[in-house]
Amino acid sequence: MLKRLAAGVASALNTDYGALQAHEIEGDAALAVRGLTVSYGGAPVVFSVDATFPEGTMSAVIGPNGAGKSTMLKAALGIVPRLSGKVEVFGAPFVDVRQAVAYVPQRASVDWDFPTRARDVVLMGLYRRVGLLGRIGARERAAADAALERVGMSGFAERQIGQLSGGQQQRVFLARALAQDARLLLLDEPFAGVDAATERAIIAVLHDLKAEGRTVVAVHHDLSTVRATFDRVLLLNVRKIAEGPTEEAFTEENLRAAYGGKLGALALPAQDAPAASLH
Amino acid sequence: MGSEFVQLSLTPILIGVLAAVACALPGNFLLLRRQALIGDAISHVVLPGIVIAFLITGMVATWPMILGAAGAAVVAVVMIEAIKRLGRIEPGAAMGVTFTTLFAAGVLILEQTDTSSVHLDVQHALYGNLESLIWFDAVGWGSLFDLAALAGLPTELPRMAVVSVIVVVLLVLFWRPLKISTFDEGYAATIGIPVTVLGIGLVIVAAVAAVAAFDAVGSIIVIAMFICPPAAARLMTDRLERQIWWSVLFAATAAVAGYVLAGYGPQWLGRADSVSAAGMIATVSGLILAVACCVGPHRRAR
Repeated sequence: MLKRLAAGVASALNTDYGALQAHEIEGDAALAVRGLTVSYGGAPVVFSVDATFPEGTMSAVIGPNGAGKSTMLKAALGIVPRLSGKVEVFGAPFVDVRQAVAYVPQRASVDWDFPTRARDVVLMGLYRRVGLLGRIGARERAAADAALERVGMSGFAERQIGQLSGGQQQRVFLARALAQDARLLLLDEPFAGVDAATERAIIAVLHDLKAEGRTVVAVHHDLSTVRATFDRVLLLNVRKIAEGPTEEAFTEENLRAAYGGKLGALALPAQDAPAASLH
Repeated sequence: MGSEFVQLSLTPILIGVLAAVACALPGNFLLLRRQALIGDAISHVVLPGIVIAFLITGMVATWPMILGAAGAAVVAVVMIEAIKRLGRIEPGAAMGVTFTTLFAAGVLILEQTDTSSVHLDVQHALYGNLESLIWFDAVGWGSLFDLAALAGLPTELPRMAVVSVIVVVLLVLFWRPLKISTFDEGYAATIGIPVTVLGIGLVIVAAVAAVAAFDAVGSIIVIAMFICPPAAARLMTDRLERQIWWSVLFAATAAVAGYVLAGYGPQWLGRADSVSAAGMIATVSGLILAVACCVGPHRRAR
């Protein structure tokens, strides 16, 4: 059901993107930021960052606490204002391709005591399609349930969201992004407070999405899982430290440059044993 | 329950119910957004607005009062937002500072100017005058179909009805974006919902409801109705749609039961007098919340 719906929407969207590709600047970049600078009133928390996230890749944004990782994502999406900089999504201004972009906020940014059920949260992903007063009928509910099923949450549609575990809440957010049929997913710390089994389940879903040609960008904390999970990294500490394919950019030298003395105990995993870090 | 009820009690009860519901509806969202105090703030800041309106026009008439109150509410909302954003002060403190400052300013202006000759006092602002909103022209239930009698309805009733309809229409129209942005503002912004405009719009609607209700029933009911029915309703259900219905039921129940208890309760106890309807309605809404806190099916250890 969802697949058919998704295929229909995707084909409708594809024609749009065909037209957009005519004035694409960044080649096949899903997300490109240039000279992005953000300040909350004091010194910049993100300073003049250039970054490119190619279509169909899965990227980690890493850096120490306060490095501006979350802020960079929020500024790229216009959630926080930027002092300067340019953002392009699939070669177009973000406002023109909103439907194709799903933001998955930090779990802690939301009031989980809010009186709503898992399915209702997923249905929020259909808002741009159903509009202010459009009917939400059996078809929309089925699409929401299919999205929940894809993240392994099919039995939880009727649950109040506060009754779910952290990992389940994260998967509900992911299902909302799936219901939206986004081609670019921006996730803010998707694995924070999530147990190892759930983390593997979420990673499996994200890898599926990548295999479908979608682009995933995640703010990430756990350096030990970067190599096994992501094919690209952006190392950030207010300024950009490094960017590129994981094997090139995720080096001890770059990490020391980003984390400075803070790296200390965060010993890097042996390059040949990435699976061991998944517990 | 005949002509006397229609003449003396019907209109105050209807006005009380409309005022309670008009405040409780936006109160649901204000509560979930941790902005419940904004109703408290608005109902206090209307005092300087009314005093200044009196000083400018020199008369105690309905429309100057309402415009003054609405102007003061807008000033307060702008002040709260400015203090929050420029001073980086948490919303509760920003509201507290704003409404105490403006209410105090209202008291000072009232004291410094000669308003002693007219009926303009702090007490009226707090309790309203629900009991006096009677329908002189009514002779019985038949008056409901008598145009001449209907023309004599207290003006507060049609005004409160119009405001209630506006509140309901806006709530239905903007239900989805309001719900999404109240739950997850960041996501709402990325899918193109104008979250700031919507947030300010909600506060303005609350202000309109508060000012209209304040004029009819005083600030005690306004403060109670913004918080008590939605808070009790939250304890009855885990779905926002049902919470709204519960809050309407609780608000209406408090208005009717409070009015009846205030008017007849003391007699039942063998006393000759009656008590303030506004005070009793607010008390009943508090009792409903207390009961919901004890036996509501969706309480949380929080």
